Amino acid sequence: MNRPLDDAEDRERRNQQEERLRKVWAAPRGWRYWSAVNNSEVGLWYTGASLAFMLFAGVLALLVRAQLAVPDNDFLSADTYNQAYTLHGTAMMFLFAVPIFEAVAILLLPQMMSSRDLPFPRLSAFGFWCFIIGGVFVCGSIFFDAAPTGGWFMYPPLTTDTDQSGIGADIWLLGLSFIEIASIAAAVELIVGVLKCRPPGMRINLMPLYAWYVLVVGAMILFAFPPLIAGDLLFELERAFDWPFFDPSRGGDPILWQHLFWIFGHPEVYIVFLPSIALAAMIVPTFAQRPIYGYSWIVLAAVGTGFISFGLWVHHMYTTGLPAISLGFFSAASEAVVIPTGVQLFALIATLLLGQVSLSVPLLYVAGALAIFIFGGLTGVMVAIVPFDWQAHDSYFVVAHLHYTLIGGMFFPLLAGVYYFYPIATGKSLSYRLGVVGFWTMFAGFNATFLPMHLTGLLGMPRRVFTYPADLGWDWLNLFSSVSAAVFAVGVLIVMWDIFRPKGHQPYSERNPWNAGTLEWVARMPPESWGARCVPLIESRYPLWEQPDFVRKVDEGRFYLPDAEEEKRETLITTTLAAEVVQCLRIPGPSFLPMLAAIGIGGSFILATFHWWIAAALSGAAGVAFILRWLWTGTAMIPEKPEKDIGLGATAPLYQSGSNSVGWWAMFITMLADLTAFSGLVFGYFYFWTVHGAFPPVGSAEPDRFWLVAAAVGYAAAWALTLLSVRANANGSAYAACASLVAGIALALGGTAALVFAPSATGMDPTVHAYPAIVWVLILWTGIHAAAGVLMQAYVIARTAVGLCTAIYDADVRNVALYWHFMALTAAVTIAVIGLFPEVSR
Amino acid sequence: MTHGHPGGDVKEVRGTLWSLIPAPTLWAVHFLVCYVTAAVYCAKAGLQADLAPVRIAIAIITVAVLAGIFAAGAHAYRIWGFELKIQPTHDADSIRDQRLFLGFAAFLLCGLSFVATLFVALPAMLIETCQ
Repeated sequence: MNRPLDDAEDRERRNQQEERLRKVWAAPRGWRYWSAVNNSEVGLWYTGASLAFMLFAGVLALLVRAQLAVPDNDFLSADTYNQAYTLHGTAMMFLFAVPIFEAVAILLLPQMMSSRDLPFPRLSAFGFWCFIIGGVFVCGSIFFDAAPTGGWFMYPPLTTDTDQSGIGADIWLLGLSFIEIASIAAAVELIVGVLKCRPPGMRINLMPLYAWYVLVVGAMILFAFPPLIAGDLLFELERAFDWPFFDPSRGGDPILWQHLFWIFGHPEVYIVFLPSIALAAMIVPTFAQRPIYGYSWIVLAAVGTGFISFGLWVHHMYTTGLPAISLGFFSAASEAVVIPTGVQLFALIATLLLGQVSLSVPLLYVAGALAIFIFGGLTGVMVAIVPFDWQAHDSYFVVAHLHYTLIGGMFFPLLAGVYYFYPIATGKSLSYRLGVVGFWTMFAGFNATFLPMHLTGLLGMPRRVFTYPADLGWDWLNLFSSVSAAVFAVGVLIVMWDIFRPKGHQPYSERNPWNAGTLEWVARMPPESWGARCVPLIESRYPLWEQPDFVRKVDEGRFYLPDAEEEKRETLITTTLAAEVVQCLRIPGPSFLPMLAAIGIGGSFILATFHWWIAAALSGAAGVAFILRWLWTGTAMIPEKPEKDIGLGATAPLYQSGSNSVGWWAMFITMLADLTAFSGLVFGYFYFWTVHGAFPPVGSAEPDRFWLVAAAVGYAAAWALTLLSVRANANGSAYAACASLVAGIALALGGTAALVFAPSATGMDPTVHAYPAIVWVLILWTGIHAAAGVLMQAYVIARTAVGLCTAIYDADVRNVALYWHFMALTAAVTIAVIGLFPEVSR
Repeated sequence: MTHGHPGGDVKEVRGTLWSLIPAPTLWAVHFLVCYVTAAVYCAKAGLQADLAPVRIAIAIITVAVLAGIFAAGAHAYRIWGFELKIQPTHDADSIRDQRLFLGFAAFLLCGLSFVATLFVALPAMLIETCQ
């Protein structure tokens, strides 16, 4: 370490290290390029695909505006118009706003933490392929005149009526459910990434604000998306099998869908807003050339917004006839969320005031974003007040409001991020001139489009109408909005041209072009595939500004993991708070398995849309087989030695299991999301109780108590035996562990059979009434989870049999035991609800 | 890496990531209890029903939750220590700043949760019937 730096031997050693790193992290070439799983490739594809969907949805918006430009227009038929606006909203929210957060985070988060990659690169790749398959399926439907027409929130009873809504609603439900699963996968990856993949020394109080936001938004996705998945399940069961969850004539209630949709839908607004503010929180300190003002306050605001945003969903349902007191609670929470939102904006403005501001394209976009978002926020305060909302509801006022919040709170900050981070992603800079011209064109076009819409709405124009008669006072306002929308589109095109234009002749950007202080800017130009030359020791929030000689030390590989001696992809895993090293994690390299798994699972959803059940089942089984192969060949691999030298005189274990391992955390977080979806179904059961005088309805058949008890015994025993197998395995008795798992499988299958038999024995028919339907859906959910649990038990038996799961290397069995904790809870709640609640409610 | 800070002011109360959660969770519990109580009561008692029983229930739960948030705030205060002499940036690479940061952020969250809980309780004090 103390030898002179220009020592030739030292330089030669460094070159060899770099060669090895380059070789290990190189992206595959030729057609195999698409097997890449590294965050730099997947993140780029993900971002590009989201932007492409945004452009597609933007074209639909232009069609909508063209149709509305003049009264009594027949440019689009009513049905095509319905498809266009439904798909516009759907694609913007599900295929652009949320995925672009995941895309940008996958691309940038590892750079901000000098992590070589996120802990589950193949999961990121799987999420991307799911996203692209589902997205193309949903968007492509419009070319077959088969797109959904029921609005992006798909309200029943319009959309449960298969005559009126056609196959479009199925495409919406199944295509988007599939994408939601991908979103949850990305959330799991990002949360574990933030908590466990920070560089040594990057304590929780030194973490970049972006990572804080990713953590909060990841957690929000876990609790926001699952209720919609539960809702989608109910919805599709009604459409495909006539289970009447939303049909009032058979005990259902369409308002239940609105609840489940908006429990997702309102937090989603913050799920798209917070990551964009996070970009601003990275950009503003750079151009103020000082640390962010009020770091702790911003963390407070991010966490606080994350919580309070879950108490707002009914403000989309003010006109559904709920009691005034219920509306009051949601109105109060809607006003309360303004406090943390405001704190974030004030912290950004204060940082600018205290710093030496230099104007630049990214900062221009941030400034524009703040102006537009604050305007949208102010109308938000207005529509959060119930009496005002009753006037403005479903009018163009709301259209104006939501576009101000989303474009100010999401689109402009995102473009600020694109201009700011572009050199890290591609090595090239974007044009200053195109950036400025594009900004002003969009800013003018946007405001000229949407500002008049407030007035159009107050003059009474309702949303979602495909045309309107002349002389209602809306004519020139609509024409003005439509012309301005074209101006806005020109601005978007200018920026997109800047992003996608060929840059082969353009020189590479200089290194750290904005003189930023955060870790991601240590990247060399052109960027290297390894992500981080070495994993540095962090002592500051702005290491490039505050740690002396930082960049040189990184370049010379003077921190952790400067080499890839065994030619394997590796990164460091650290503790959650103090970021002390606990593991050197081997991460899997390029593979087509994630893509094949996504094709298989995606195929099952797509085929189910057409009710080709057998083909769908086969495709799903193929998907599961690919996932098993991917797990078998890429996870919990036994290393050739227990630990390795990671540099700076430290060693780290190569394998961890239980709560020390990233896999355990991924399972835990996934199951939290799963439990939330299940809660959505249980909520449905109790919701029906509130809307019915007596629930279960008087005289209706109930599940047979004997078989419920039998199911409870079977599941409890299967759970206990799984835990026993962990103990037996740890004691070195592989035989006893396997025997106990085999017995566990038998009892789990027996428990499931008993559970299915309980309502069958009393002849409960799910198509008769919402009560048997909700009982059956809880049983279906539990049964599917038991089947997954059995598959996992069998997987562990196989791993143990071939020696891949041993007494020391026992991550597999411990992760499965964790799953079974959740499985046991799910079974217990299901049986208690369907078996005990009818006794209590009588 | 430096560990700890010289001086005897390092308190034993440790902060963790979970320290941030109690106050907003109490807010969420309060919100849900208020909403569910009122919704179930109104669903079962009809739109003309007088909200007096709900008002009393919400008053009790509100006082209990505010007390809980206050306790969480006091705990966060002990973690943080309210050292007005130093700027609360808490950006040093030390176990002490890590703890102070978590305490400070938790303390701020308690303030927000306290105010937000009061906000949510207000409608119950103002609205008379289920209508």
